[in-house]
Amino acid sequence: MERRLNGAAHHHKLAIEAVGRTFAGVRGGTPTVALEPVTLRVEDHDFITILGPSGCGKSTLLRIVAGLDTPTAGRVLLDGTPVVAPGADRGMVFQSYTLFPWLTVHENICFGLREKNMPQNEQQRIAAHYIARVGLGGFEHHYPKMLSGGMQQRTAIARALANDPKILLLDEPFGALDNQTRALMQELLLGIWEAEKKTVLFVTHDIEEAIFMAGRVIVMSARPGRIKAEVAVDLPHPRHYTVKTTPEFSALKARLTEEIRSEALKVAAAA
Amino acid sequence: MTPLKPVAPGRKAVLGIAFFVLFVAVWAAATLSGFVSRTFLADPVTMLREGWALFAQFGFAGDIAITVWRVVGGFVLAALCAVPLGIAMGAYKPIEAFFEPFVSFARYLPASAFIPLLILWAGIGEMQKLLVIFIGSFFQLVLMVAVAVGSTRRDLVEAAYTLGATSRGVVRRVLLPSASPAIAETLRLVLGWAWTYVIVAELIGASSGIGHMITDSQALLNTGQIIFGIIVIGVIGLISDFMFKWANQRLYPWSVA
Repeated sequence: MERRLNGAAHHHKLAIEAVGRTFAGVRGGTPTVALEPVTLRVEDHDFITILGPSGCGKSTLLRIVAGLDTPTAGRVLLDGTPVVAPGADRGMVFQSYTLFPWLTVHENICFGLREKNMPQNEQQRIAAHYIARVGLGGFEHHYPKMLSGGMQQRTAIARALANDPKILLLDEPFGALDNQTRALMQELLLGIWEAEKKTVLFVTHDIEEAIFMAGRVIVMSARPGRIKAEVAVDLPHPRHYTVKTTPEFSALKARLTEEIRSEALKVAAAA
Repeated sequence: MTPLKPVAPGRKAVLGIAFFVLFVAVWAAATLSGFVSRTFLADPVTMLREGWALFAQFGFAGDIAITVWRVVGGFVLAALCAVPLGIAMGAYKPIEAFFEPFVSFARYLPASAFIPLLILWAGIGEMQKLLVIFIGSFFQLVLMVAVAVGSTRRDLVEAAYTLGATSRGVVRRVLLPSASPAIAETLRLVLGWAWTYVIVAELIGASSGIGHMITDSQALLNTGQIIFGIIVIGVIGLISDFMFKWANQRLYPWSVA
């Protein structure tokens, strides 16, 4: 048993082992099962999207990986080490705008580096690199309130990447953006991933986004969440936005639409 | 008029000044016409003349200085104790659970009702005045600062943790900067309240200060001097308020909408 777990730890970047989450009932009420035990292996350099209807527990799963929530069953291993608390090795980008309003773009990106007591010139170099990477040159000294939503999320991505995490977690990061900006942000993030080959776990409810970004799409069922299907996306890299109009893309979209639709119907019937 | 529609800055200033003018005009009409007896209310002209006399003959500038000193002294003392405690309460829930019930109770104790006790304990010297201000400001400050720190956006705290921040880092680099504009605003508000306490403290057992001058003038039925004293307090309050607002805007450019 011990040997098998250790073996698994060496092979997988991230191992989610039968992780479940049940919320205690309010005043002795029946407990809510948000997440049924989920098992998922993520390899180095994977880009995995988790697709599911709202309230399916996909954000809960991501928060557990981040260490912001505690599972009631199972465990999460990152490079073989159990996750017990949030840490700099798992960078996170939230759906809400979470830049620190009192810091400029540059200072926001340096937040984690300062926490590590990295020398100033090193911080400058890394920040400059990621500011250029997300196309925010000239905005270094702007405060978040002076930026558009898309620019704020680009800064948030740069802030998470500057920390050089082992895995990047994104919780519907483009959910609050308009369609045009969202499409540009998808290309930007994909471009960064193609260049830097980070391991990425990306939560979304948008089918097109899930396919376009991913090497593998994990479809989750309606609450209580569990993994319903795993779909490999073999579209070639580098991916251009025109891939969205290819027959292969359409076939994947049709298949995932069907999977999600049946889950959405369950939610509607339960409501 | 459309609800919530903003006013142009120039017009806003004109409207604001217009009410002052109207106020003084009604006052002047009521007093100069003899409709209200001078025994009860001095007219604006007498008030200004009495005010001038106060400065020229009675050393009123010294009274103002001592009152300002008492307010600032008591308030700074209260702030130095209350702000750290409030931050600790806002950040750490066990500390809040320990102090909050007592502080909530203590803030309803009227500062002015402590004056007889404080005279007994501290005499009628400066210490007693400072203590009145201190009691009046301290408990209010503690609670408001604790609320400001405690209402820090949770998602910002979580973001800091995922960036590798320690608990101490979260307090120092998220809770404090996030709450500091609200803390500054709290200080501004409570300083305004401190002004009302100092006058009460000076009405009883003082031999100097604006409040003392007002009690003296009451004995002489000099309503002009009383009104002048009240107006001086108002003007000083307004000036300190402006200074606080100006400083806050300079210190926290990121928070101003």
